Amino acid sequence: MDTKHIKNDVDPKFLKKHQESLYDALEDKHTTVEILDDDDPLNTKMVLNMGPQHPATHGVLRLILQLNGELIEKAKLDIGYLHRGIEKIAENKTYQEFMPYTDRTDYLSPYSNNVALCTAVEKIANVEVPERAHYIRMIGCELARISSHLLWLGTMVQDTGAVSFFLWTFREREKIYDIFDYIGGHRFTISHARIGGVANDLTDDALAMIKDFINDFPQELKDFHGLLDRNRIFFDRNRGVGVLPTERALEIGATGPTLRGSGYAYDIRDFEPYARYDEVDFEIPTRLEGDNLARYYVRMEEMHESIRIIRQCLDKLPKGPVRTDNAKQAYPSKDEVYYSMEGMIHDFMMTDTGICPPEGSESFHCIEAPKGELGYFIQSDGTGHPWRLGIKSPSYANLQALEDMLDGEMVADTVIMIGGVDPVMGDSDK
Amino acid sequence: MNMELSDTLQSLVDDLSENYSDQLIDVYQSSGDTFIRVQPDAIVEICRFLKDEHHFIYLSDILGADRFTSEERFEVIYNIVSLRDRERVFLKVWIEEKDPTVDSITDVWQSASWHERQVYDMFGVRFNNHPDLRRIYMPEDFDYYPLRKEFPLLGIPGSIELPSSTPDTE
Repeated sequence: MDTKHIKNDVDPKFLKKHQESLYDALEDKHTTVEILDDDDPLNTKMVLNMGPQHPATHGVLRLILQLNGELIEKAKLDIGYLHRGIEKIAENKTYQEFMPYTDRTDYLSPYSNNVALCTAVEKIANVEVPERAHYIRMIGCELARISSHLLWLGTMVQDTGAVSFFLWTFREREKIYDIFDYIGGHRFTISHARIGGVANDLTDDALAMIKDFINDFPQELKDFHGLLDRNRIFFDRNRGVGVLPTERALEIGATGPTLRGSGYAYDIRDFEPYARYDEVDFEIPTRLEGDNLARYYVRMEEMHESIRIIRQCLDKLPKGPVRTDNAKQAYPSKDEVYYSMEGMIHDFMMTDTGICPPEGSESFHCIEAPKGELGYFIQSDGTGHPWRLGIKSPSYANLQALEDMLDGEMVADTVIMIGGVDPVMGDSDK
Repeated sequence: MNMELSDTLQSLVDDLSENYSDQLIDVYQSSGDTFIRVQPDAIVEICRFLKDEHHFIYLSDILGADRFTSEERFEVIYNIVSLRDRERVFLKVWIEEKDPTVDSITDVWQSASWHERQVYDMFGVRFNNHPDLRRIYMPEDFDYYPLRKEFPLLGIPGSIELPSSTPDTE
């Protein structure tokens, strides 16, 4: 097959212009086209279309790979199959109304997304958050991190061939879902954070469950390590695969565990501490190799650190309110709403108008989500709706790094590299 | 102007106003973040200057915004990070509504590629010298720019081709 004129051969029928421009881009990804392409007697060149409906691409990710035998010569990613226009929706909602939508961006760690939005709004509108709420948020964020990393672990190990592992990590995730159920009343899309604090305090049951979990989980993590660390198949399939050197990772804008696996300790919890991360003690796991195995170690150690952070938060958990008492900035508690006139008026005003940041102000706030730097940029026109709400999503940055990483790798490693980068299409497609 | 700049940011602003006094339009702070607005035609030069001289080696994000009804309608915001000095700075350019174009900074930071494609897809701002300027979320066949303020929230009926809901009869 003559790969210089791919689009003549494939002749797409559906969304013709889109498909053709994609094949065009594949043809001139690098400016120098090898002359060698004309002469291919063994017919080893082909263009492989992976996805968007492919069980191993972790969502609706589409890859177009130009292969020479088993080698990937050029790769292009086509994303946007899960684009729902979240940023456009945000412009037509109050800040609090928009929060449930953030649950559905990075749907593997909803708690982090809620906290990211709330902290961004609190920053632009100058809302003070009570001390206890900060600690509850940190506990929630770290639980979300463990939950997200467990899903990554299960699916990534499944990609390398170990199917039963998926069930064991999901057993642990199930415990975290149960904890979230007791914390906020939802198992998955929890929406527990509120602007100015959190929705409700942790109950004794929830606290007991969290304590149980952090006591049991390190042993499970040790078992996972025992199964994988010296596993020949796992090791050989991950070592030296998808190497991203440090300079390259910074240049291409990788973030989160992908960047830390490549040797740069860039973690927002340390870089620009939010909540009370400056008061707890934790390490930033970093590896220098930059391959898939390094990313595995980084994430496994992050789960250890998360347990450490939760333990410190539980020790330090101060007493006090969980939401700011200023009715102009946050929803009043349900007790006030049901039993006092003012409470009801304030509740109505918050729902109808919402919190109004000063006119013309703009701010950016980011947190360290499980996938990397998750930021919300808000421009306000003084009304209760944002004028522009931009999301800096970590998966988007990492997918760009993946496109760069895929060139020159073997086609059999593609799926493992996708697993190692751990993209969530809801996050990258907005 | 009332600003509380850290030492490193102050030296950056001084350096910029010394070397690029004509291109620097405005420096201001909002909610603790520092914004620097520059002339659109100098953006590549200034980005390279910041990267080489002030160690802003990490480009976090590029955002577009629609300043609907304003004179220079579109805004592109570059979110850059100095990992050494632990500083985050926002560079801004304002672009005319008619034929909105600005130079691409992919030569300075390669990661700008996808971010610029996103701004192009959502706002229709074209980037000169971009290696691969295609839409990223919407298909190429789509004729509108969804994050512009005049685009309706419910979308435009018939603007996108949908697959047939009945199976092929063969």
